[in-house]
Amino acid sequence: MASKQISVFIENRKGRLGEVLDVLKENAVNILSLSIADTSEYGLLRIISDAPQKGQEALSKAGFSAMLTDVVILQVPHTPGALQNILRVISDEELGIEYMYGLSVAGEEASIVVKPSDLEKANAVFEKHQVDTIDL
Amino acid sequence: MIWSKEETLSRAEMEALQLSRLQETVARVYEKVPYYRAKMDEKGVKPQDIKTLADLAKLPFTTKQDMRDTYPFGLFAVPKDQLVRIHASSGTTGKPTVVGYTRGDLDTWTDCVSRIACMGGATSKDVAQICFGYGMFTGALGLHYGLENIGAAIVPSSTGNSEKQLMYMKDFNTSLLVATPSYALRLAEVARETGIDPKTDLGVKIALVGSELLTDAMREEMHNAWGRDVLITSNYGMSELMGPGVSGECLEHCGMHINEDYFLPEIIDSVTGEVLPAGEKGELVITCIKKEGLPLIRYRTKDVTRLFYEPCACGRTTCRMENLSGRSDDMLKIRGVNVFPGQIEEVVLSVPELGPHYEIIVEREGYTDKLTVRVELVKATDSFAELQRIEQTTRNKLKVVLGLDAKIRLESPNTLQRFEGKAKRIKDLRNQK
Repeated sequence: MASKQISVFIENRKGRLGEVLDVLKENAVNILSLSIADTSEYGLLRIISDAPQKGQEALSKAGFSAMLTDVVILQVPHTPGALQNILRVISDEELGIEYMYGLSVAGEEASIVVKPSDLEKANAVFEKHQVDTIDL
Repeated sequence: MIWSKEETLSRAEMEALQLSRLQETVARVYEKVPYYRAKMDEKGVKPQDIKTLADLAKLPFTTKQDMRDTYPFGLFAVPKDQLVRIHASSGTTGKPTVVGYTRGDLDTWTDCVSRIACMGGATSKDVAQICFGYGMFTGALGLHYGLENIGAAIVPSSTGNSEKQLMYMKDFNTSLLVATPSYALRLAEVARETGIDPKTDLGVKIALVGSELLTDAMREEMHNAWGRDVLITSNYGMSELMGPGVSGECLEHCGMHINEDYFLPEIIDSVTGEVLPAGEKGELVITCIKKEGLPLIRYRTKDVTRLFYEPCACGRTTCRMENLSGRSDDMLKIRGVNVFPGQIEEVVLSVPELGPHYEIIVEREGYTDKLTVRVELVKATDSFAELQRIEQTTRNKLKVVLGLDAKIRLESPNTLQRFEGKAKRIKDLRNQK
């Protein structure tokens, strides 16, 4: 159980994000969600899309440092405390999470993307505690 | 194979030949070149004072400035109608430096380059693709005539249009590549982008590289790109002296053999001008002892090296110069520390996540010099910890090598400028507002 995320290294420079998006557009890759984490010098752009493989290959060919990363997409009910319940499970089971970001709020449940340090363990934990996940 | 018998003379035979050629040259320039006569008179030295090779030290130096001051033909020792070729340097600052050749000089040049090509493993069977810019620059035509002379088939593809270069390389089964090290790497990069593996899809077995430093790390990078079994040798020269062909590496890789029956080398302290004993490192100074058109006396090359006189395992007895550690005018002084770009290159190439291209930026912040090295991240990552580790490793290694703290700037692949000729990797912004 895992989804593929495109991770791209980009310098903090005017127009760089636009160049990445241009490549994806030219290759008809649709972006479902993205997150940017940055320092003053550079950032890592993380993208959930409908065609991760094609997107990553096109970006690498266009001269970007891009790779695919395994992430898990969690379904979180729209009720107060729902995310907290999941985080308690993660914490109790000592599951390392490197980062997380929102994917979608539409529908009955919200979706969030998490990057576990240990994918296999994450799958086992989520299954054990009946945390809903989806694959894209 | 060894091309000329002059490459295997005993030390005594070589020195006797050098002395007679030196005496002849000095007498000739004193008579024919008013500029040299004035300089020698000023130092109180006459041609007959040159009785031994050690007397060379009595003669005045020639610098690039002298060539500019006498632009275009003031240092020539023959009337212009005896010239059959004229080349000029790019002249990025001020007037270019002009060099001229008689027919005899072109023969000498061809002989010099033939020797260097043989040292690097070239034979009459090779198809030699010359990826140096043809034109006023001496590199391309020098290699061209020398390789043609040994019987190789020349592909004068010049620089630019890397895709077409690769097409020729593939279709003509090019076996020998002439290029700068950085352009050779660029070609391999373009090859891989277009689905060609230089190691298996191309037939290049010999690379004669020049006009730029070839560090051990760069040689290693070239082997990675072009294959383990490719014979890579560097050669050295400059248009003021002749062009390529002053010296070249043999397959023993223990320095570059100087064609010292034509180019008499010395090593000096670049500050005091004192001649240094054999084996010591300093600025290379060359006297052209068998040139007709432009016989420069004690030309200061600004290149830093040392000389070895022991015979080489390859069978040649000619003096060797160590592969260059930099140019005395490429050397940067940063916070009082001498820095050669080659040192930074070694570090960049030793970090596997980084590509071989880099740019050095020196700025002044207040009263302090700030060194920034831009490098390309070729291995993708999704982790900041990993990015920080790469930065920190590079920074620590630079600190060990240079004794200086540098800021590392990671860039995407293919961001830094690529060069077809000599790579310009330094941006010194300290004297700019």
